[in-house]
Amino acid sequence: MYQYFYELLGSEILATLITAAVPLVNVLLAALIGVYLERKVSAHMQDRLGPMRTGWHGIFQTVADFIKMLQKEDAVSTEVDKKLYNLAPVLVFTGSFAAYAVIPFSSKVIGTEAEVGIFYLLAISSLVVAGILMAGWSSNNKYSLLGAMRSASQIISYEIPTAIVVLSMVMYTGTLSLDKMSQMQTAYFWNWNILGGAEFGFAKFLLIPFMIVGFIIIYISTLAEVNRTPFDIPEAESELVAGYFTEYCGMKWAMFMLSEYGNMFAVSGLVTILFFGGYQSPLGYFGDAIGVHWMIPFEQVFWFIAKGWFFVFVQMWLRWTLPRLRVDQLMSLCWKYLIPYAFVNLIIIGIITLL
Amino acid sequence: MDFYNIIFFLFALITIVSAFIVVTSRNIIYSGFSLLFTFFGVAGIYVLLGSDFIAVVQIMVYVGGILILILFGVMLTNKIVDVEIRTGASHMLPAAIGVGILFGALTAVMVFTGWKSEPGLVPQTTTVDIGKLLITDYVLIFELLAMLLLVALIGAATIARREKE
Repeated sequence: MYQYFYELLGSEILATLITAAVPLVNVLLAALIGVYLERKVSAHMQDRLGPMRTGWHGIFQTVADFIKMLQKEDAVSTEVDKKLYNLAPVLVFTGSFAAYAVIPFSSKVIGTEAEVGIFYLLAISSLVVAGILMAGWSSNNKYSLLGAMRSASQIISYEIPTAIVVLSMVMYTGTLSLDKMSQMQTAYFWNWNILGGAEFGFAKFLLIPFMIVGFIIIYISTLAEVNRTPFDIPEAESELVAGYFTEYCGMKWAMFMLSEYGNMFAVSGLVTILFFGGYQSPLGYFGDAIGVHWMIPFEQVFWFIAKGWFFVFVQMWLRWTLPRLRVDQLMSLCWKYLIPYAFVNLIIIGIITLL
Repeated sequence: MDFYNIIFFLFALITIVSAFIVVTSRNIIYSGFSLLFTFFGVAGIYVLLGSDFIAVVQIMVYVGGILILILFGVMLTNKIVDVEIRTGASHMLPAAIGVGILFGALTAVMVFTGWKSEPGLVPQTTTVDIGKLLITDYVLIFELLAMLLLVALIGAATIARREKE
């Protein structure tokens, strides 16, 4: 896509900015739709209606909220550490937005085709941790600090099972590039990695159970990494008010929200790419069938976003289904169950891949 | 000045300014967070040099691991209790001499080395080559380092474990 805009405009800077704007629009829309969806999903799960008054079925509720947010006074407590307090939301948002650089929305819509793709994705998410610690500390509030500590320790712990599952998938596909991983899982659902990958043979059927285990592990651990229920102890409202962003209001608070919804979509996209074919269609392409080949990238964008939103929906579903874990339960789940299982899974997938 | 030069100077500026804050700031938290930007700037320069893998490792290990650990340690000690941790500059003269010698040595190396400056091919990616080298030519060092890290991990777990009375 960068190449295309470069040839169209003849300016590297403009091309880069436009390429970067595509995921930005996606993150903004993700927050806008995500908040609305969350309200509706939670309401319907609790047999309520949710927002109903602003527009048809409350469809403009988040837009109205956003306008309200823009007008809010930027109230800053006198006791906060001004520099870090103002920098923290920016850092958190940068971290979650930077992850989109390597996520392929289709074979054409991709920020960078850098070979290190998935490794970069794992690395850049540490910026979010630093931002959360910054927010928690600079707020000068015990609840904020505790929330930040919990969040950082949780994200760091759950990065390990995520990384191990990612490693097993890297071993299986032989590439770090998310685009190549998506390409390898061709356009039919029985070729996706969750069903043993594109190569047809004995190994394919052998792999299926381990792929499913890997998927479950990475889904749980990415859920914990984005601080969603049942792993939302960093912002447990009954204990910590709102965790690390207790002291924030107005647009700065909105930036934390943006990055939360951006993160939710990013990890859903990661799971989609690793196990569910990325941007590939489950049943072949309509563009192929009628011979209109320029349609295929658009179909791919549709499929990627649809799959991503499906997993975001599952995250919400889990949020309103499961109670919150205790801190010690959280840590024992990660270190005593997920990590050993992930290691065993890694070894088995490695052996099967070798065969 | 083309696009890449601008990016280079941007990253160089980030690195130098934040490194300056790291050493001069009297508040240790500021030093810690400035270190984040120093690491980040260095990673950016690695990318411009064409070594993408090293750049990502830089962020993964230093920002994701070491820096977070430093911040954790500092935060638990500062502000919660009333002790303000301040860094004080002392021993200015020995430090100046040591830094001066190091700077001179580095400059000398830079000036007197016969750098090969031919327009070589910048590889598209370094990951595959690094991987191959690690398990062929440098396999012994690689395995030894793995052992070292494992020993360190087991040691940390043993020290941290609560003794059952």
